Amino acid sequence: MINSTLWPEPPGIVLGINLNAPTLLPSTKMFEGLMTYDFDLKPVPVLAESWVIAPDGLTYTFKLRQGVKWHDGKPFTAEDVAFTFNEFLPAVHARSKTTFERVKTTAVDAHTVQLSLKEPYAPLIRSFDALSAAIVPAHVYKGSDFRANPVNQAPIGTGPFKFKEWRKGEYIHLVRNDAYWQAGKPHLDAIYYRFIPDSASRALALETGQVQLAAQTDIEFVDVARLAKLPNLKVTTGKGWEWNSTISWIEFNHRRKPFDDPRFRQAVMFALDREFMRTNIFFGLAKVATGPIQASSPFYETDVPKYGLDLAKSAALLDEMGLKPDANGVRARVKLLGLPYGELWNRVSEYVRQALGKVGIQVTLEASDVAGWGQKFGNWDYDMVVTFLSMLADPALGVSRTYVTSNIRKGVLFTNTSGYSNPEVDDLFAKAASNTDEAVRKQLYSRVQKILSTDVPVAWTVEIEWPTITSAKLHNVTINGFGPNDSFADAWLAK
Amino acid sequence: MRLLLFLLGWMVKAALVLLAIVVLNFCLVRLAPGDVASVLAGESGAADPDFLARTRAEFGLDRPLPAQLLTYVGNVLSLDLGVSYRTRRPVADMVLERMPATLLLTGAAFVFALLVGPALGVLAAIRARRPADTLITVAALVFYAMPIFWVGLLFILFFSVTLGWLPPFGMRSMIPPSGDLARALDTARHLVLPALTLGLFYVAIYARLTRGAMLETAGLDYVKTARAKGLPEWRVVTAHILRNAMLPIITFAGLQAGHLVGGAIVAETVFAWPGIGRLAFDALLQRDYNLLLAVFLASAVAVVLFNFITDLLLRLADPRIGAAGR
Repeated sequence: MINSTLWPEPPGIVLGINLNAPTLLPSTKMFEGLMTYDFDLKPVPVLAESWVIAPDGLTYTFKLRQGVKWHDGKPFTAEDVAFTFNEFLPAVHARSKTTFERVKTTAVDAHTVQLSLKEPYAPLIRSFDALSAAIVPAHVYKGSDFRANPVNQAPIGTGPFKFKEWRKGEYIHLVRNDAYWQAGKPHLDAIYYRFIPDSASRALALETGQVQLAAQTDIEFVDVARLAKLPNLKVTTGKGWEWNSTISWIEFNHRRKPFDDPRFRQAVMFALDREFMRTNIFFGLAKVATGPIQASSPFYETDVPKYGLDLAKSAALLDEMGLKPDANGVRARVKLLGLPYGELWNRVSEYVRQALGKVGIQVTLEASDVAGWGQKFGNWDYDMVVTFLSMLADPALGVSRTYVTSNIRKGVLFTNTSGYSNPEVDDLFAKAASNTDEAVRKQLYSRVQKILSTDVPVAWTVEIEWPTITSAKLHNVTINGFGPNDSFADAWLAK
Repeated sequence: MRLLLFLLGWMVKAALVLLAIVVLNFCLVRLAPGDVASVLAGESGAADPDFLARTRAEFGLDRPLPAQLLTYVGNVLSLDLGVSYRTRRPVADMVLERMPATLLLTGAAFVFALLVGPALGVLAAIRARRPADTLITVAALVFYAMPIFWVGLLFILFFSVTLGWLPPFGMRSMIPPSGDLARALDTARHLVLPALTLGLFYVAIYARLTRGAMLETAGLDYVKTARAKGLPEWRVVTAHILRNAMLPIITFAGLQAGHLVGGAIVAETVFAWPGIGRLAFDALLQRDYNLLLAVFLASAVAVVLFNFITDLLLRLADPRIGAAGR
């Protein structure tokens, strides 16, 4: 049995209906996808045993695993997969909706499904994990109002752990699924997800051995280094977060001057000491970001313009734009909307204010809470804003959404909120999404990265290396690109 | 007759106050930018315009504000507090299931503070300007001045991490023992640190209040008269000084009792205590208006009720109160 921290308390625990970060940890133990992805984001079979992609990229045929049972004892069949892809995901899953609206899924027989597309869609093969496409039981959901179905209070999946109890305000309790399809697994009898609101209390809970697992944002980065020194704890950083791949950046509102001028945006890049940010603000749990695609991606391009700290260059660019310092040495006055996720992000805002002040850009900080931040950011009511976003398994899923013109949608977060628009970039992203030849895609994405790193639509700061902190006795937590958001079928606790 | 008038007047006042609170709270929570749809979108790192529009329409958040207010007040008057936007469960259920935990914590702290605080205050007063008084006054100042979350973390470090005597957080063990008595004891052990943390703050207030009131009363003429009559010292202290010094204590206890419902946000946060204060705080951040307003309402009802009880008690303690001032 293990205890894990979980904060905030999730609104629900059915993957797809709820996508909130805290939903993922418990729900990935109960639900499974057709595949998962390893550290290199290569597919690994889960509910699908094997698959064939037709040469034209329009047909995908999956052989499904046999002998799999739902938690209520009913058999898992091709019907469940067809229902999930055709009806469930397009209706509820905010992110995968666009993927599965392109696909028509048919059950060929009880253990074979065929997906057909109108045009090739390269990221499809990286869209079958539990977070993007968890399979749900058709016999429970078909014909019901998916969001209001009472089964959501006690979910039924195929995963190694079954739902037992959710005590509001206290914990979610999962127990071993004795009928799990992998014989002899899981090794843990039960998992408790405990809601501990205060991060200092969470750190203490790890120290005292009250909990055996905490991840991502549970522990303040300043505490992670301290916990790593304790003999009873293990800290893994970065590894296990390949699918998530978070990049943080300062976003500019291109609709307002002077942010529409690439020289100003480059000047900001040259004014930021991102190495300083990495070590002193993120406490080493980050890499300096070089552009829109994360370094762990197979499509990452190293040969792009680099932006080390260079105040002279920064000032020269601002001079060239005609932004001369006034009597007080101020060239421009701008506002920065901070990210309301705790102390670390407040320090990011303060550092940016200080760094840009050195080149005569006077920054006024704006504070708000999560709802206010989302409202302002989504509605383009900002000058500059601090944000971070997951790049996901494929640039067509996680990266292009921030830069393509077709995704400028007012009032919607995590779209192209900056208003950057470049026909050449749009075209390259579109071609890369519909081409299934990896080598060709790599060339296209390399071009995109070169252009974007020159244009600097947003000022990338760091790639976050999220920490996973476990008891030294807990093993096999990080075994693929999903880390603690994997199913835990293999996790075990030493005596 | 006078009591009946007092009761009637109180009921009319209470009804008006509660209605005003409902309207005011409704307007206050809407002043914050953003709504539940933007929070859910922000949390899931993916936003879909359909989803946002559907969420807003489902809860009527797309209607003009005055219309929403009228609907809400109408629903409250028919005792329907609505559902939580986040969990889609009736908020009355959510508040009721979290209420016992909070009442247990604040109630324990309340009783502890009422037993210990005035006693220390009396002790300090009759030993004024001697070592015992100094010790109590300094301790009271320290616990009054230190932030509750800081005291809480220190207690966890000392009693849980260093000594390993008491559980640092939660309301019960992960595997609760079998048997009702064992379970109650288990919860009691979890209760010690949060109740102590919250209670000590109030102990400090009561001790200072009592000491001040006692010393002030002790110098009055009727006390000198009592002493001159040759009454034993303990009679003077209890019958003459304490009875009058109790009035500010009762007043403050009434105030603290009003906080029994929502007054433990910090302690609940530090000790992961599954109570209602924390529920309200999260509801605010998540813009779960119905849930937040339900907590506010429950808390307002408690305050109004305890104010009434306090008034009654003050009348009993000092017959002059309420007799004058018609």
